[in-house]
Formats: sequence, structure tokens, C-alpha cells
Amino acid sequence: MPDKKIRVLIAKPGLDGHDRGAKVIARVLRDAGMEVIYTGLRQTPEMIAEAALQEDVDVVGLSILSGAHNALIPQIIEKLRQNGQEDVMVFAGGIIPDSDIPSLLSAGVKAVYGPGTSTQKVCEDIQAAFAR
Amino acid sequence: MSDIQYYLEKLRAGDKLALSRVLTHVENNTPEGIFALETLFPQTGRAHMIGITGSPGTGKSTLVNSIAMNLRKKPEAPRVAIIAVDPSSPYSGGALLGDRVRMRDLHGDQGIFIRSMASRGALGGLSHRTAALAQVLDAAGFEIILIETVGAGQSEVEIASLAHTVIVVEAPGMGDEIQAIKAGILEIANVLVVNKADRPGAENSTRALKAMLQMAHPGDYMPMARKHLFNALESPTTAPEQSQEIEIWTPPVVQTIATEGNGLDELMQAIEDHLAYLKRGQGWAMRDKENLALEMEGLIREHLTQRWLAQMPEARLEEVMLALQQRKISPHQALEKLLTYN
Repeated sequence: MPDKKIRVLIAKPGLDGHDRGAKVIARVLRDAGMEVIYTGLRQTPEMIAEAALQEDVDVVGLSILSGAHNALIPQIIEKLRQNGQEDVMVFAGGIIPDSDIPSLLSAGVKAVYGPGTSTQKVCEDIQAAFAR
Repeated sequence: MSDIQYYLEKLRAGDKLALSRVLTHVENNTPEGIFALETLFPQTGRAHMIGITGSPGTGKSTLVNSIAMNLRKKPEAPRVAIIAVDPSSPYSGGALLGDRVRMRDLHGDQGIFIRSMASRGALGGLSHRTAALAQVLDAAGFEIILIETVGAGQSEVEIASLAHTVIVVEAPGMGDEIQAIKAGILEIANVLVVNKADRPGAENSTRALKAMLQMAHPGDYMPMARKHLFNALESPTTAPEQSQEIEIWTPPVVQTIATEGNGLDELMQAIEDHLAYLKRGQGWAMRDKENLALEMEGLIREHLTQRWLAQMPEARLEEVMLALQQRKISPHQALEKLLTYN
């Protein structure tokens, strides 16, 4: 019998060492029945794209608090596309100023979740995107 | 189906996305996945499958990381695939797969492919689909497949029916001599590793394991002890004329500090020795035969159960279950009632 789960990569690009948020999201998505791959701190765009490729994930969640989001996130999306994973849903979380959100969205980010976002909302957005 | 044929062609050409997509189909047991396994099966049976098992937190992932790096440094630089299994939640069915955190040194090496896998309700330390995933990676041309089980306690021994070489990882202070002579996970070890050997108690653990081996494996007292295998197992008519001699493998106990690479040379040697041992005798062929037989057994069980349930009217099943709950009949009597139904 076919048995499909939503697979999510939670990654920490850049140099900040704070992964509480990433772990909370990973845990919440786990509890929502998803298979969550967590890769640890200080990942380069290449490392994140490679992990997404090998794991054939449906979703990539990027947690970033260092301020390097405008530089790193478009690079990651570009690499995902180069690898043929155009259909992967990318969302971002962490400390991202409102003024930066439009450019991230136009770079291909599906949603940006700032501090105070309900974890339920993140789950629901992903589940809605993959509702069959 | 046309998609999967396209992916299978690309997979043969070494395309990673294609491999990854095929693995997903196989893991999810879709019709495309079953087709892929049928197509790829003739190309399997070549990879050396190495299982790494042991309790949570003993350093399995870190050790896999070091083993893979050392394998890639060999002159022939074999292509290495890693399957890392972590447990699924019994409540939500979700999983947190965190083994890649310890494998970051392997990033960027095109000869390495890492895939995380959730156990999806299986209790033997693997997922029901791990063997199938290993077959795909085998057919894709990976010469070595490292399979890391979930953090295993005492009885998660399924890896022994998949891997050619099983490495059981212990950490100092995990138990005394009584733990070491209990049945279960230690019995399936072809190589025993005491990792974190810089921690207090490493010598005690090593000694306990060696003592255990002396009790169970006479080969340790008499290196390369000879034994007549067929006398006990086969009737005289099928036994060979000359008593056939077989070599006994005594699992070496290796101390490592995986984070620093200490003891890795010795461990790599032990893995190589075990492979040579399997290939020298009937070990490789025997394991292969046994593994395929076990896989068949699993498939038969799964499919017969499904087929039987499909033809059983639900009302009948409920009626018997109710009688069972009310203690009017025993489970065996319930089974009898269901089996004789037609």
C-alpha cells in the first residue's frame, strides 16, 4: 500500500548559532506527522541544496537570524532550481525585517514567518500546499 | 509510469535527482516504486552492505561519518551510499531525522550519497523499506552501502538479515558482564566497537566484551578453529564425502574515538578482514540467500494477510472481535472461526 509522508528539510544557513527556533519548528512539524530532516548549524547554500536533493524533500524551511537572508536565501533557491527541484516549497523564519519580505517572496520564498507566528499556522500552510 | 522510466534511465547515468526520486517511490511503495525494483533487481547483489547499530548516543552517526571518509581515501575510492534510519513517532507518524548533523564532513564529495529514513512503525531497528532502498542504491552502482539503524536497545537485530557486515557500537559504562552475555544485539556483531574510548570505563567495557566472546566463540582461544558444519545440520546422504572445514570468524573488539578519528585504521582493517572472510568461504553467498529468503517471507506474510483481510466481510470480523473482547472465545478460537469461514 502506498504510504506518502511530507518530507521537510529544516536548515540553518549562515553563521549565527541560534537554532532554538529551527528545533521548535522541526518538532512541531514532526508532531504534525511530517518527516523532518534537520542538518545542524552553519550550512552553506551548497550543503542545503545537496541535502534537499539527496533527501528528495517537498519543503525546505530556512531559519536565519544573522541578517544574511537577502544574500543567502536567493542563492539557495537558485541552487535548488539548478538541481531540478523547482517544485520544492521554500519558507523562511527568523529575524527578517518586513521591508525585506517582498524581495524574498519574489525570489521564490513561499512565506516568511517572523517572531510570534503561531506554529499551527506554519503546519497548516504546509499541509494546505500538499493537500490531496 | 513514463516518469519512472525516465528516472530509471537517468539513474543509470548517475543522475542524483533521478536516484532520489526513485528512492522516494520505493520508500512509499508506489506502483512506480515496485516497477523500479523489478527493473533494477538484476543489477543488485554487488554492494558490500555494512550495518552500524548500537544504543542511542553511542556515536553511530559520527562513526559512519568517519568510516565513509576513510573508505573514500582508499586508492580505489569506492562510491559510498549511506542510509540513516531514525524512529517515527508512534503517535503522529512524523519523525525527526537528525543523523546528517554528524555527517557534515561528507558534504561536497560527489562519491557519497546520504539518505535519511524514518522507521515508519517497524520495530526491528530499520524501516520495512530499508532493504528495498539498499537494493536501489546497489543497482545505482554504489560499491559500499552503510546502513545506520535507529538507536537500538537489546533486540533490534533486523540489520543482521540485511547487512553483510554488522558493526555493533557500544560506549563505556553501558553495562557490566551480565549485559555482555545477554542474548540479542551483541550476538549479531561481526565487529564490536567501543566508541568514546577516552571516557572512563572504556577498558572495562572492552574487557567485558572480550570475555563474552571467549565464552561464545571458541575461535578466540584457538584462532581459526575448525568445525564440521554439515555433520550436525544435514543428513549423511547430502553431507560431503570429506568432512568440509569451515573457518570461524571471531568478532574483533576495536576501541575508537570517532570524533577524532582514533582507532579508525583498526576498524577499517576489521571491516576489510570480515569482507575477505565472507568472500573466502561461503559467507557472502549464504548471507545473500538468507537475506533474499527473509525478504520473500516478509512479502508473503504482508500480501497473504492483505489478501485474506480483503475477502473477509467486515461484519464477520467484528462479530468475532466482539466475542473475543467479551471473553467468550480465546484468540486461538477466534482465529479458528475466521480461518474456517467461507
